[in-house]
Amino acid sequence: MTATVTLLPWVVLAPPRSRHVPPDVAHPSDEALIARAAEGDETALAALYDRYALVAYGLALRVLRDAALAEDAVQEAFLAVWRSAHRYIPERSKPSTWILTFVHRRAVDLVRHEERRRADPLTDVEAVLGGMVDEDAWRRLERERVQTALRKLPDHQRESIELAYYGGFTQSELAERLGQPLGTIKSRMFTGLERLRELLTEPDHDGEGWKTKRSTT
Amino acid sequence: MEDEAIHDLTPAYALDALDPEDEERYEAHLATCERCREELAGFREPVAMLAFGVESPAPPPELRSRILDAARAERSNVVPIRRRLPIALGAAAAVAATVAIALGLWAASVSSDLDRERSLLAILADPEAKSIPLEGANGRVVVTDTGEAALVVSGLPTAPEGKTYELWVAKNGEMLPAGVFDAKRERDVVRLTRPVPPGSGVVVTVEDDGGTNVPTGDPIFTAGI
Repeated sequence: MTATVTLLPWVVLAPPRSRHVPPDVAHPSDEALIARAAEGDETALAALYDRYALVAYGLALRVLRDAALAEDAVQEAFLAVWRSAHRYIPERSKPSTWILTFVHRRAVDLVRHEERRRADPLTDVEAVLGGMVDEDAWRRLERERVQTALRKLPDHQRESIELAYYGGFTQSELAERLGQPLGTIKSRMFTGLERLRELLTEPDHDGEGWKTKRSTT
Repeated sequence: MEDEAIHDLTPAYALDALDPEDEERYEAHLATCERCREELAGFREPVAMLAFGVESPAPPPELRSRILDAARAERSNVVPIRRRLPIALGAAAAVAATVAIALGLWAASVSSDLDRERSLLAILADPEAKSIPLEGANGRVVVTDTGEAALVVSGLPTAPEGKTYELWVAKNGEMLPAGVFDAKRERDVVRLTRPVPPGSGVVVTVEDDGGTNVPTGDPIFTAGI
């Protein structure tokens, strides 16, 4: 596995240049691609896939811990993108947020449907994921930024958020699993997400995070 | 009708971590709660960014072609919807979609029948829609200014074996069938199959499975439009 996937996925999966695409939109924004998908242009869907397949598959695999199920989740999510593209409103959410919400939702639906007992996402992640691909620099930095933000949360908040998002546990499952009152879990999620928002989506708020990011380039 | 604690469900909803019954309750609540809509909108992006925190092997190359093949097969479902809409309806749908997205409801619709969900969402999210409380049950009827209507009702007992709840639009002494539902869930959200004009009423009775054309049961609950 490791030997065969050590290529930039963007390169491997680059879409064939379509004769439908005029040169001036050769590097369209995500928003433009979603708009074209809404018109039924499947080359736009292909381009969105090429941009987000890696992070989508990684997320689905993290939640589902099963390659075949993760593929199903990614497939259903991109088909949902395809069907819903005409409802996407750029002012309301970033394309990545919109697409990854579909992916997470499908992965969580599947993990609950399968009633798989999920291992603790706080441990043993590497063993499940196996070999990593060589990522492009942006992807690596983005991952480091998110992981750094998570590390800045108090342990209890990080635990609740990671188990919910990566583990697919519901809040009542979490309360039971962690032996805490439901209200405690809710408030950890709330406080943790508030802090993550500051750290991840308001970069000026946290100059240190950006310095860290720059220094690794 | 809504307890204060429902506001506390926003973070878990953003994380897709609500239990199914809470999720239904919360989504219905979102339609009426500006505070939760704003809070949810603020959590969406940091939550989605968590996806970037995961290391990932590349998906198998054949997944790409599988998705594109499936999308191509579905294309007939995508293009005509858009082209078929008259311009005015298209604009209304766009507004409804904006609101639905503001409500954060689009995520929920991924897992259900999209068309049904879309029309329900369009009604529930229509800022001009009237919301009329039910008499005799907990819930309301939401009616747009074009008469499209949805019923939101909670706490009904499940319809007895072989029976179903049937909706009626009552106008000028006439009762016209407007759909059936079974109340198997804690909360039902049902789209009425016919428009509800001003001055009419919405009535629900219990009928034999499949519904009837003329009501035979007593009204369980009503709403005057």
